[in-house]
Amino acid sequence: MALSKDQIAQRIAKEVKDGYYVNLGIGIPTLVANFVREDINVEFQSENGVLGMGPFPFEGEEDPDLINAGKQTITTLPGASFFDSAMSFSMIRGQHVDLTILGAMEVSESGDIANWKIPGVMVKGMGGAMDLVASAENIIVAMMHTNKAGESKLLKKCSLPLTGVHCVKKVVTNLAVLEITKNGFQLLERAPGVSVEEIITATEGNLIIKGDIPEMKF
Amino acid sequence: MIRKVVNNVTEACKGIENGMTLMFGGFGLSGIPENAIAHLVKLNNTKLTCISNNAGVDDFGLGLLLQKKQIKKMISSYVGENAEFERQMLSGELDVELIPQGTLAQRCQAAQGGFPAFYTPAGYGTEVAEGKETREFNGKWYVLEKAFEADFAFIKAWKGDEAGNLIFKGTARNFNPNMCGAAKITVVEVEELLPAGALDPNQVHIPGIFVQRIFQGKNYEKRIEQLTVRKRN
Repeated sequence: MALSKDQIAQRIAKEVKDGYYVNLGIGIPTLVANFVREDINVEFQSENGVLGMGPFPFEGEEDPDLINAGKQTITTLPGASFFDSAMSFSMIRGQHVDLTILGAMEVSESGDIANWKIPGVMVKGMGGAMDLVASAENIIVAMMHTNKAGESKLLKKCSLPLTGVHCVKKVVTNLAVLEITKNGFQLLERAPGVSVEEIITATEGNLIIKGDIPEMKF
Repeated sequence: MIRKVVNNVTEACKGIENGMTLMFGGFGLSGIPENAIAHLVKLNNTKLTCISNNAGVDDFGLGLLLQKKQIKKMISSYVGENAEFERQMLSGELDVELIPQGTLAQRCQAAQGGFPAFYTPAGYGTEVAEGKETREFNGKWYVLEKAFEADFAFIKAWKGDEAGNLIFKGTARNFNPNMCGAAKITVVEVEELLPAGALDPNQVHIPGIFVQRIFQGKNYEKRIEQLTVRKRN
């Protein structure tokens, strides 16, 4: 069975380690916060200017001066801090943020990512995505393996305008966990009940399969 | 003490002309200079170039200037949530330059601090880097981005004193401190304007030297764009 969005987030949460500062993008990445182990210490950064982001506020306690990068009302946890936008991106470009998790429309076998613009469709902008992908040492992409028409989103070369080049390290899809290596997508794990053949069919980019591929564990 | 206080928004906005380049603090609708924007609508200056991370919503924030077609060009990182913006952009009435969010912040910071330009990794290999100088440092490629040149910066702070010293609140801080002193004239509106000496100098986020005019703002709406809450048990 292909994974649900929650299950993709749950699998990615295993990559979040004790002591990490983590930036979560909008969409599936936001869900990752719900699955991080409770016995480790992690701080979430939101690029509009907060470290130590907490859950949504209780009804009636929302503060218009306290939002995340998705413009949602949030809370802070003990140890939190606020800062300006230039400092926020110093954290990001200066590689002080340990892990960035973001969504993508396309990823290429060389680690290029496209997630901000579809020609001919209203362009909303890249926000902080280009700064994040150009800077992070450790970028995990959360995405569906194929689009609604069933076409692969893991490609030899991205067809959409790029957000960044040679930057993605790992991809977690509804079908598989893949690492981006010099020679392409190396298959590390498959979703429970999904065969290697199904993943081969759904992947246009070069897929490297070494030995038996284990099923994901949660 | 050098006094920066002006009596009201009218005095604060003196000197704005058609065709000027204006900076606006704020992220989404959080920390936007509501009083200055409302006054700019009244002044009805046109052909403005606006530097702001976002473009407001249809009936609030910079969306109010868009409704009156006062803006010729927007320089932003993200501009969703605004139907009139989309209409003007697609019809070609509005020129839009989309740039990475960190680059936007740093172009303000560079203008504030006297750097004509800087290298950033953001956008390398993408259409953002087209036509720009690129250079390799220690095996990695960077794009040369220039400091902004703006006529006015409109800032919203939480507390300020007569000397123009500022303190911001929560994530309403965002681009506001970076835009202070990044334009020829920095205009600040505050929720609470205090006498000199009332702010602890240890707690000041932006010193008054970066500010030319400060005034007591009023009637803050502080609209929430995405209300997200959880239920108590």
